[in-house]
Amino acid sequence: MSQPLIRIAGLRKAFGRHRVLRGIDIDIEAGSSVILLGPNGAGKTTMLRILATLSKATSGDVQIAGVSVNDNAEGIRRYLGMVSHSPLLYGDLSAEENLTFYARLYGVSENDGRRDDLLQRVGLHHRRKDLVRTYSRGMVQRLAIARALLHNPPILLLDEPDTGLDPQAAEMMTDLLREIGGSERTIVMTTHHLERGLELADRVLILSGGRLVFDERISGLSYGDLRPLYDQYVGTGTP
Amino acid sequence: MKRYFQVVWAVLWKDLRIELRTKDVFTSMAVFAALALLIFNFAFELRIPDKSMVVPGVLWVTIAFAGVLGLGRAFISEKDRGSLAGLLLAPVDRSAIYFGKMLASLIFILVVEAFILPLIVVFFNVPLITAPLLLILLLGTIGFAAVGTIFSALAVNTRAREVLLPVLLFPVLLPLLIAGIRTTIGLLEGQSLAEHANWLQLIVFFDILFLVVAFLTFDYVVEE
Amino acid sequence: MKSSRSLLVLNTVAAVAILIAVYLALVQAPEATNVVEEIRPAQRIIYFHVPSAWISMVAFFVTFIASILYLRTNNVRWDIWAYSAAEIGIGFTIAATVSGSIWAKPAWNTWWTWDPRLTTYTIVLLLFIAYFMLRGAIDEPGRRARFAAVYGIFAFLSVPLTFMSIRWWNTIHPVIIDPSAEFGLGPGMSTAFFFSLFAFTILFVDLLANRIMVAWDEERVAALREALTAN
Repeated sequence: MSQPLIRIAGLRKAFGRHRVLRGIDIDIEAGSSVILLGPNGAGKTTMLRILATLSKATSGDVQIAGVSVNDNAEGIRRYLGMVSHSPLLYGDLSAEENLTFYARLYGVSENDGRRDDLLQRVGLHHRRKDLVRTYSRGMVQRLAIARALLHNPPILLLDEPDTGLDPQAAEMMTDLLREIGGSERTIVMTTHHLERGLELADRVLILSGGRLVFDERISGLSYGDLRPLYDQYVGTGTP
Repeated sequence: MKRYFQVVWAVLWKDLRIELRTKDVFTSMAVFAALALLIFNFAFELRIPDKSMVVPGVLWVTIAFAGVLGLGRAFISEKDRGSLAGLLLAPVDRSAIYFGKMLASLIFILVVEAFILPLIVVFFNVPLITAPLLLILLLGTIGFAAVGTIFSALAVNTRAREVLLPVLLFPVLLPLLIAGIRTTIGLLEGQSLAEHANWLQLIVFFDILFLVVAFLTFDYVVEE
Repeated sequence: MKSSRSLLVLNTVAAVAILIAVYLALVQAPEATNVVEEIRPAQRIIYFHVPSAWISMVAFFVTFIASILYLRTNNVRWDIWAYSAAEIGIGFTIAATVSGSIWAKPAWNTWWTWDPRLTTYTIVLLLFIAYFMLRGAIDEPGRRARFAAVYGIFAFLSVPLTFMSIRWWNTIHPVIIDPSAEFGLGPGMSTAFFFSLFAFTILFVDLLANRIMVAWDEERVAALREALTAN
């Protein structure tokens, strides 16, 4: 079997004595879509932040295409796009200016064609000159997706991108991700919304108490199969 | 290397663009500075024979206190918008982000200085706007922004935030302020800049030393 | 248990050394005939003031080096060294500033002069206080250690610049106090003086060793409490 695109090995993270991740091993192949489920405090966001090189593991290693984040975090960042529940956008800049700024950060040639194309695809081209703070939450999140795809990263990290969206906007976002995420892109996503997550994913991981407690491919699993499992590990009370 | 400067410029451009639109930082600094000058003016009005004697101190103290207001905003705005992570995701050495933010703060403080210098000339009636004095102000402000920007990044991740920044900043900044005030006194007394070469060297040394230390340590301030 | 035994030895050595230093300073050392008669008793402050000042610098230097090591290794040991030295440094800096001020009263007839050294120690005290305010304002231990280390490095490096700038400032004013004469060592005084320096250094090492021991115990207690509450 060829080398996985993302290899997480023996990953541990502690904040002081508080151990958030207690030894996690996951291989993710190129092109797969993984959803990461788990109760609050299970370590989902922490794991995603370590993948994104925003946070450093206490021990263990993350390799992207065979390169360790400890050796070349700078180079790895080029292969990552991230959408999180905070949009990473500037309210006092227009959509166009935000994208121009991030294009410069990523050293993507200031080719406005790509920027305009992305704005078209997320349906914001007509509002591209407006300040982002005048946008609705759903529009902001669509722009955040455009921002994350600007440098055409092979890996997309989504940290609860549907938080704070009404069902309609969340639905729209899921469609958008499926449509422009593309099948060749690798997606790692955390969410509280099991059903919506399943629409995108081909593999389900459940974290609990800083450990991986469930790892299954979706083929053959239906929502009905997963629901009891999810409730068992994650607890009911989440929709 | 070209990539590095591209990112420095991108961050600077972004901060200037937002500031031109909102004028948040400039307004708060400028209003504060004008008020400080007004208060100093009354504080010294009848107590000393000649108001121009206190100008060097008034100038540097006003800049230091107004500047710390602006520096506080440098990372608070990123933090509150949650946009700092967006900067840190950039595939570049993170010191580039430091230099971008530092240059933006430097420019904000210089603009405020350009605003208060004429005010001091009017209020205190001293010929303050001369080439050597502007040079000292520029060099002093570089050191101020160099230390202030990284301390702003420290303070923003603590519980105390705005309160903590001046407490951290001023004791470290002291040699710079002393050198600035001393040189300004000399220049206003009609001495030449050459007579203050040692002070000038001290300021330049301060600037270089702390720019280098900030360059080396900024990573530790933003990582988790 | 071996470490607690060597600590006991160190404690004893430090206590004996300080007692000898006190004896030498207050009894053995001759009257300072090189200063005017009224301030001769006060002159004996030199045996405590200068070593305190010396130790506060040593402590700051230890914090500086430990801070660099912490950032390089990410090992909590160096964070413990850094803040332990800084805590002790605060004590000695206060001692140096206060004893300097007490000396200033009879010698220069004022509690306070903006003498470069005295002023620098005051700034050092402020830097130490800021260091602990920063620590106190951060909950997450890793971040607290990292931020404190960065601040410790900046703070330490600014001290020589502060000292230089205050000295240059004062040379422009008329020199009221001749710095070479203020604490001059008269004949027969150097034994007490240098022994005192030595004793204070031992005391510092002893205090640091004890503080570090306590810090490890604190770590252990917190880990145990965590383990107990988890179950």
